[in-house]
Amino acid sequence: MKTIHEFRVDSTCYLDDQGAPLGDLPPQAENTERVLAAYRNMVLTRTFDSKAIALQRTGKCGTYPSVLGHEVIGTAIGQSMAANDVFAPYYRDQAAHILRGVSLTELLLYWGGDERGSAWKNCPEDLPISVPIATQCCHAVGVGAAMRIRDEARAVVCCVGDGGTSKGDFSESINLAGAWHLPVVFMVINNQWAISTPRSIQTGAETIAQKAIGAGLPGHIVDGNDYFAVIEALDSALERARAGKGGAVIEAITYRLGDHTTADDATRYRSSEDLKQAWEKDGIKRLQNYLHEAGFWTPEKEQKLQSDCKATVDHAVQAYLATEAEPPTAMLDYLFETLPESLKSQRERIADKYRGGAA
Amino acid sequence: MNSSTARTESETRDVTLVEAVNMALQWEMAHDDSVVVLGEDIATNGGVFRATAGLKEQFGFKRVMDTPLAENLIAGTAIGMATQGLKPVAEFQFMGFIYSGMEQIISHASRMRNRTRGRLHCPLVYRAPFGGGIHAPEHHSESTEALFAHIPGLRVVIPSSPQRAYGQLLAAIRNPDPVIFLEPKRIYRAVTQSVENNGEAIPLDTCFTLREGSDVTLISWGASMLETLQAADVLSEQSVSAEVIDVGTISPLDRETLLCSVSKTGRAVIVHEACRNGGVGAEVAASIAEGAYLELKAPVARVTGYDTVMPYYRNEQAYLPQVDDIVEAARRVIAL
Repeated sequence: MKTIHEFRVDSTCYLDDQGAPLGDLPPQAENTERVLAAYRNMVLTRTFDSKAIALQRTGKCGTYPSVLGHEVIGTAIGQSMAANDVFAPYYRDQAAHILRGVSLTELLLYWGGDERGSAWKNCPEDLPISVPIATQCCHAVGVGAAMRIRDEARAVVCCVGDGGTSKGDFSESINLAGAWHLPVVFMVINNQWAISTPRSIQTGAETIAQKAIGAGLPGHIVDGNDYFAVIEALDSALERARAGKGGAVIEAITYRLGDHTTADDATRYRSSEDLKQAWEKDGIKRLQNYLHEAGFWTPEKEQKLQSDCKATVDHAVQAYLATEAEPPTAMLDYLFETLPESLKSQRERIADKYRGGAA
Repeated sequence: MNSSTARTESETRDVTLVEAVNMALQWEMAHDDSVVVLGEDIATNGGVFRATAGLKEQFGFKRVMDTPLAENLIAGTAIGMATQGLKPVAEFQFMGFIYSGMEQIISHASRMRNRTRGRLHCPLVYRAPFGGGIHAPEHHSESTEALFAHIPGLRVVIPSSPQRAYGQLLAAIRNPDPVIFLEPKRIYRAVTQSVENNGEAIPLDTCFTLREGSDVTLISWGASMLETLQAADVLSEQSVSAEVIDVGTISPLDRETLLCSVSKTGRAVIVHEACRNGGVGAEVAASIAEGAYLELKAPVARVTGYDTVMPYYRNEQAYLPQVDDIVEAARRVIAL
């Protein structure tokens, strides 16, 4: 007998739970402006998130999936991507969307029942939020294939949850990325929960990252609450991808600190003790402590940031609430490039019925 | 977008339906670099029915891609490519294997334009051979076009002759929205027609009146056009003048042509291989009932497959609508 293949999966973490460096930091830590920008985006994301939940609770927004616990990962994604890279998100990527140029008002419109919430003006090639689990993985490899066909030095970042890695779409897509050498970085956001189903019964594999090896891709684990670990892994994977060296799978370990969505109640299936422990690993607090210790941050700066973020979010909420619904005829206006003859009577029917405005 | 390998001279050839598909793909790839084809066994092997033969040799592996064996992946990869401005033509080897791609087709391809308010769209074609009658194994003979016709945002196009296959496929590839292009494999090689390879598309969203008549309108699509035309011949010998319509695009449906014809003849017989319950024939019949009620001289008749699983091939002819069935249905509505 001979050994054909052996594998190992490495895991990276640079800061301990309190934000103290465990050893040497990666070169990304030297770019103070970028680190501070990351911190500001995390705080903005969390401020937005709590406002969106409040809007839903008061009947001003539809069902909304909290991004609590994902801010570090999304921020690192947004920072590591070049403007002409393409993002294939799932539905808990608010932190990344903000850095890609999606406005907070657009995010609220999307979750507030308005298709214009996906008409992103600042990142026209990014794929829209994907609700059917893991289906975006197949789109991501299609985008990556288009880049490869045209010999472009661009890459795709595709997000998927730990639950999503159980779907064929994920397996089929990482398999194609390996077979075709595609510039696609799969970011598995392992937040331990697929609604109520824990990671432990999602797969018998010890790690999700190791699934990459079966697809011919490198697989790596990072602490998803450690900004330096996540940004280093993404910078490096994207650089490789853009250079034609193929894709990667990064498993970022975090914890979903909120309910699955505002329609969920996580106390039904998980203990408050687990949640309490997860909060102790919170990545925003960790980076804040690091910045304080490193001398880049002060309580005054923190206070100003909090108040700036609140103003930014309030402004977006006002714009969202002031946005009139589209006329009901819009439901047919974007179905095809040109409305087929046979649908014209249905459009006229809607126009006649709602001549005075929306229902 | 002219590629260096473009063959620009037009030539006229006698071709079968499947050869016309190949000719259309070759023409469009030669004239538009954004057209790519992908699927299982389509590149080196040229497709199990030879629809993509020669394309890899002419256009190379970057534009003619053998995919891993995963239909859901094929459906979704084509979507990603299309959002990047490519015009993918993805082949499903048989319609019976398209179902694992349904989530991608229904939840993404059909609605990408709508859900992004026009920011992204899917100018792609999903090709699949469909229908029975070729003694194929289990799962290779179904006609489930109604599943797609029910989905808003999709076009469902079904050619029934080499000339229409050529022109409709060119139109489908050039269409900026997703098209399900279902190829009736029973007539892939049944007849040859003279087709001018000149890159001229023919319109989608329209029915084709293949024969004019005054007593009854026979409406069909795909392979059963063969029996429908033969039935019109038999009826003609019996002094019954049948108008014959090939629906061509089953969704969106060209109701105007159908209603004009039925208003003239007063009678309609709809023929399709697919099973009856919830079939596209039901939509055609309802449209006629709604739009030509006063002109109808008899109830609309349907000649269809039965509401059961497509039998294995020893009994497939018993399932498929036959010429006699169509003639009998026409005579019945005329007698009323």
